[in-house]
Amino acid sequence: MRSPVPRGRIREVRFASGLDRSELVVVDHRDLTGPNEVLLIEPDQPVLAADRVRHLHEPVLLLAHPSREALRRAVAAVEIVVDPEPPVLDFTVDPPPGGVQYGDDNVLKRLSIDKGDVETALAGAARIVEGEYRTGAQEHVYLENQGMVAWEEGDVLVVKGSLQCPYYVLKALGHALGRGPDRVRVVQAPTGGGFGGKEEYPSLVALHAALLARKAGRPVKLVYERGEDMEATTKRHPSLVRHRTGVDVEGRLLAQDIEVVLDGGAYVTLSPVVLSRAIIHAAGPYACDHVRIRGRAVFTNSPPYGAFRGFGAPQTIFANERHMDVVAAAVDLDPIELRRRNLIENGQSTATGQVIDDGTDRTALLDRAVELSGWHEKKAAHAELARRHPWRRRGMGLACFHHGAGFTGSGEVVLASRVDVAGLADGRIEVRSGNIEMGQGTLTVFTQIASEASGLAPSAIALAEPDTARVPNSGPTVASRTVMVVGRLIERAIEDLKARLGLPPDAGGDRFAEAIRAAHAERGEAPVGTATYQPPPGVEWDETTYRGDAYAAYAWAVYVAEVEVDLRTYTTRVVDFVALQEVGKVLNETLARGQIQGGVVQGIGWALMEDVVLEDGAMANAQLTNYIIPTSDDVPPIRVTFEETPYAHGARGAKGLGELPIDGPAPAVVNAVARATGTRPTTVPLTPERLMERLEEGRADVA
Amino acid sequence: MKVEAPATLDEALACLQAAPLVPLAGGTDLLVHWPGNLEAKAGHYVDLWALDELRGIRRDAEGLTLGALATYWDAIRDSRIREEFPILVQAARQVGAIQIQSRGTWAGNVVNASPAADGVPVLMALDAVVVLASASRRREVPLDAFYTGYRTTVRRADELVVAVRLPDRGNAVQTFVKVGSRRAQAIAKVGLALARSEAGWRVVAASVAPTVVRCRTVEAALDAGDAFAAPEDLLPLLREDVTPIDDLRSTARYREMVLARVLWHAIAEAA
Amino acid sequence: MSPERGSYADPAVDYHVEIAFTLNGAEVRIRVDPAERLLDVLRYRLGLTGTKEGCAEGECGACTVWIDGLPVDSCLVPAVQARGREVVTIEAVDPMRLRPLLESGATQCGACTPGVVMTALWILDHPDLLETHTVRELMAGNLCRCTGYDGIVEGVLEALEATRDTEREPA
Repeated sequence: MRSPVPRGRIREVRFASGLDRSELVVVDHRDLTGPNEVLLIEPDQPVLAADRVRHLHEPVLLLAHPSREALRRAVAAVEIVVDPEPPVLDFTVDPPPGGVQYGDDNVLKRLSIDKGDVETALAGAARIVEGEYRTGAQEHVYLENQGMVAWEEGDVLVVKGSLQCPYYVLKALGHALGRGPDRVRVVQAPTGGGFGGKEEYPSLVALHAALLARKAGRPVKLVYERGEDMEATTKRHPSLVRHRTGVDVEGRLLAQDIEVVLDGGAYVTLSPVVLSRAIIHAAGPYACDHVRIRGRAVFTNSPPYGAFRGFGAPQTIFANERHMDVVAAAVDLDPIELRRRNLIENGQSTATGQVIDDGTDRTALLDRAVELSGWHEKKAAHAELARRHPWRRRGMGLACFHHGAGFTGSGEVVLASRVDVAGLADGRIEVRSGNIEMGQGTLTVFTQIASEASGLAPSAIALAEPDTARVPNSGPTVASRTVMVVGRLIERAIEDLKARLGLPPDAGGDRFAEAIRAAHAERGEAPVGTATYQPPPGVEWDETTYRGDAYAAYAWAVYVAEVEVDLRTYTTRVVDFVALQEVGKVLNETLARGQIQGGVVQGIGWALMEDVVLEDGAMANAQLTNYIIPTSDDVPPIRVTFEETPYAHGARGAKGLGELPIDGPAPAVVNAVARATGTRPTTVPLTPERLMERLEEGRADVA
Repeated sequence: MKVEAPATLDEALACLQAAPLVPLAGGTDLLVHWPGNLEAKAGHYVDLWALDELRGIRRDAEGLTLGALATYWDAIRDSRIREEFPILVQAARQVGAIQIQSRGTWAGNVVNASPAADGVPVLMALDAVVVLASASRRREVPLDAFYTGYRTTVRRADELVVAVRLPDRGNAVQTFVKVGSRRAQAIAKVGLALARSEAGWRVVAASVAPTVVRCRTVEAALDAGDAFAAPEDLLPLLREDVTPIDDLRSTARYREMVLARVLWHAIAEAA
Repeated sequence: MSPERGSYADPAVDYHVEIAFTLNGAEVRIRVDPAERLLDVLRYRLGLTGTKEGCAEGECGACTVWIDGLPVDSCLVPAVQARGREVVTIEAVDPMRLRPLLESGATQCGACTPGVVMTALWILDHPDLLETHTVRELMAGNLCRCTGYDGIVEGVLEALEATRDTEREPA
C-alpha cells in the first residue's frame, strides 16, 4: 500500500469495517528489527514510511494473503490517509519557501570538474555558442517485472529473486532487519532483464518480501504487476544541461563551460554516482584545454530516479553531441569536420586531465562510420526528396562518444571484488562470482573466459549459482564491468589455482584436470584459487579534486542515424542506423552485437517515443499501452561494426560495452531530425507533439 | 463472475432478454488489466464465442456482411476484401498485432465505442449498417447514428450486434491514415478514413471527439467542389466537426493540426 | 460499457464451471473460475509456467499461445473460452526447431522468448504470410527489450530459408 500523495504526513491507516483479516498479514514500519533505512549511499530512504511520505507511491504498508483474489479485495478495503503538503516537483528551479526537504537547498549532491582557465579562454574565443538541452525520464521496461520470494530456513532468512546485485540486497537486508550476514542469504533467480532497474530497487522489494515472510511464518512471493512496476520504481534521471562553448575561427574547442542538473527524486539513492558519471562524460571525447563542469542532483517529491544503462552519461552525451552540431552551424563548418578537428588524439587529455594513449585512432573511427553510413551519397538523395515530395523529409545525424567501463575513479578499488575458482572432484572447475545473467550473456562469456584460461573444454566449466552463501562478493553486475573487470578476475583466479596446485601458468587442459583430481584425492576437499581486484598500473584518481584517471579504459563509438520525418504528422522513423565502436577485444560476436542492437533500439525509443508523463511527480502513463517502446516494426536493422584494439587489463583484451550503445542514438537521431527539418530540437524524447511545436516556432521566427 | 454459455443465437438472445448481461466476444478490450478489475470480475456475462452462426464474412447482392464474430484476421486474409475494401484491411493490420487481430472482432470494436477505435472509422466511411437483434425483433442502424456520446450507443440491453453490413458500391477513393505513437500496436492519436462513392464524400475522424465522427462540414464542402489551398484552410471546417482534447497520449493542438494535415494531403492525393 | 455491478463476487458462492479442451495434443478437463484467464489456468492451475505474464493488457505478447492455430495473448482470453478449442503452448515446442533462433541471437534475458517463439513458429508454419506481410510486422506483437529485434528477425528468416532448402532436397 503506497502513498496517495507526493508529500505529506501520514494521519492513519484505515481498514474498512467488513474486511476479513483472519488470514491477512499486515506489516508496517514497526515490524522492522533494525534501522528503518534502505542501506545504500545515504540512510535517508525508509523501508516503509513511518510518519511522512515524500513521493507518490511511497511504500507505507504491506499486505499478504494466501489467496490473490482475497488480497485484491483487501487492498481495495485499506486506505492510507495523508495530510498533504505542497510538493516540490520542478528540479530546474530553486525550491519555494517551505519546500526545502534535503539539506539547506534540496541539493542532494554537487560535483565539479575544472581544467585550465575557462573564463580567460572564453574571452579570447572567436565565437561563444550557448545551448540548453533537456532529457526526460526513461522507464526500463524489462519484460519481467520486479519479483522476489522470501522464506526462513531455520535461523536463516532466504530471499530469491530478480536482481542484479546479490550483495547489495544482502547488506540492505542485514541492516534493516538487524541480522548478521550469516543469518541472511540472497539468491539470484534467472533475471528477465535489468538495464539498471534491478540494481538498487530490488533491495526494497526483498526487504518487503522478507518482512512479510517473517511475520507470516511462511514463504511469501511478491511480484509486481506492470502498472505498479512502472509508477513506483526507478527511472532514468531527467536532466537539464547548459553549454557555453568557445571556439576559434577554425572550429577548435577553446573552452567548454557546462552545467549539469539532474532530477534525483525524493531520496539520495544512487544519484551522487549517476551525477559523477554524467559530468565526467559531459565534455565528450574531445581535446579541450579549458573545461568547467558544474553538476548537481536535486531533490524533488518524485519517486527516486535510479540506475539505468548509461548511468547519467546518455543525458550529458545527448546535450554535448547535439550541441556540437549547433556549434558547427555557428561556425559554418560541416559537423563531421568540426568533430574531426577536436577528437582526442593519443597523448591528449580528457576533462579530468586523463591522458588517453590507448592506440585507438578516433578520427579513423569517425571516417569509417561516415563511409559505412553512405552519408555523402545520401545527402543528395535527401535534397532531391525534399524538392519533390510534399511531406517526406530525410536527414542524417551522427554522434561521437565514449563510455568509461567499470566503477568511476577509485570505485573498483573500494569494491575490492573477489572471484574464486574451485577445482571439482571430477577435474572440472567451478567459477564462483556474484555476477549475474540477465540476458547480457554473462554465463556464456564467463564460460568462454574460464575455458580459455584453463585449457578445459566449456563442458568442464561450472558456474556457481549467484547465492551469497556460496559465492564471494565480486561486485555488482553494473557499469559495463562484468567481462572487463570480473572476467579478468576469473583469469587470475584460475592462474592462482594453478599456482596452488604447483602448475606453471601455461599448464592447462588434461594436466590441469589431473592435478585437480589428484588434489581432491590427496586432501579430500576442493582446491580453490582466488583473485581480488588490483587496479591496472598507473591508474590514479583524486576523489576530492576530480582529477586523474576517471576510468581505467574507455570504449569509443561513432553512431550515424538516417531518419525520415513525415511532415503531415511530425512523426519520425529511423530508416538506417550504423553503430561503429571500439570496445577492445570482442569475446563473443553474437552476444556483443545483440548488446549493441538492443541498446541502440532502447536509445531510439528514448530519443523519439518513450515519454514518461509526470503527474504529481510520478508516472501517469504507467501502462505499456501508453508508455510506448519500439516494436520490431518501428526500427530498421541496426548495422553493427566493431573495431578491436585489445585492452591489456581486461579479460582476453575486452573492454566494457553493455552501456555504450544507449549513449549515442538520441543525439544521432535528433541531429538527423534537425537536418531533415531545418529546425533545432533540444529535447528528448522528441515526440511528434514536441517536433510540431519546434517547427511552428521556427515558422513564427521566419515570419 | 458468472458467464452464460448459450449454444445458439436464440439462446443468447433469451439470456439477454432475461437479464442485462455483458456480451463477451474476443475479449481483447474487456480483459485489459483484468486481474485488478474487481468490478468487471463481479459481472455477469454472456459468452458469444461458441456461436458459429455469427462467425465469418459473407457476400451477397446487397454487399458485405461481417458476422458479429468476424475478426480482423478474417478480413486481412480475405483476398476479395483486400481488393474491394482495402481500407478495411489497412485498418485491421493496424489493430494491435496478430495476437489481437486473431481475437478482436469488428462488431466488438463497434460496440466497445472507443473514440480511438481503428475499425469503426473505415466502417463508417463505407456507410456501414449495424444489425441489432433481440429476442423479439431485428433492426438496422447506420453506424454514423449508432453512437450517442462517449462510450454510449443506441444498443438496448436486450440487444446484440449480430452483424455489420457494408453496402456494395464502388468507392473511387478509399484512404485510411492512423497516427499513433509508433508504427505497430499503437492507440490512435488521430485516425482518418476517407471515401468517395456515388453517395458523396465521407470523412471520418477518430480520437478527436467523444466518439468516432463523420466530419459533415468538410464532407459538404468537398461535395460542393470546394478546394483548399493549404491544410490550415480546413481548420475552420474541422472545428465545426471535431472537439479534440489533451490527454496522456497527445494534445488537442496536435490532434487538430495533424488531422487537418493528413486530411489535406489525403484529398490532394485522391484528386 | 460497464459490466453489471457487484452481484457475482460472493466468495461463498461457487461459480466454477467445468471445461474440456485440447492442450498440447492431450485432452484436459478442469473446473475453472469464470474470472480466470487462460494464462492463469495454464500457469497456476496446470503448472505450465513457460507462458509468461508481462503486462496483462495485450501489449507485450509474452503470454502468446496458439488457439486453433492462431497466436493469441492468453492474458486476454477468458479460460472458459478455451472450451472445445485446441491450445498449444511453448511446452509443446520441439527444442530443435529453436536452433536458428539461438544462433542468430534471438534470445537474451528470455522473458519475451516463449511468446516470441510461439509467433515465430507460427510464421515458419505459414510461409505464405510473407507474401503480404514482413517478419517485422508479424513479430510486432512481441515486445523485446534486449535484442533490438535483429536477432529475432534474422533467426526467423534463416529458419525459413533452411526450411526451403530442406524442401528442395530430394527425399
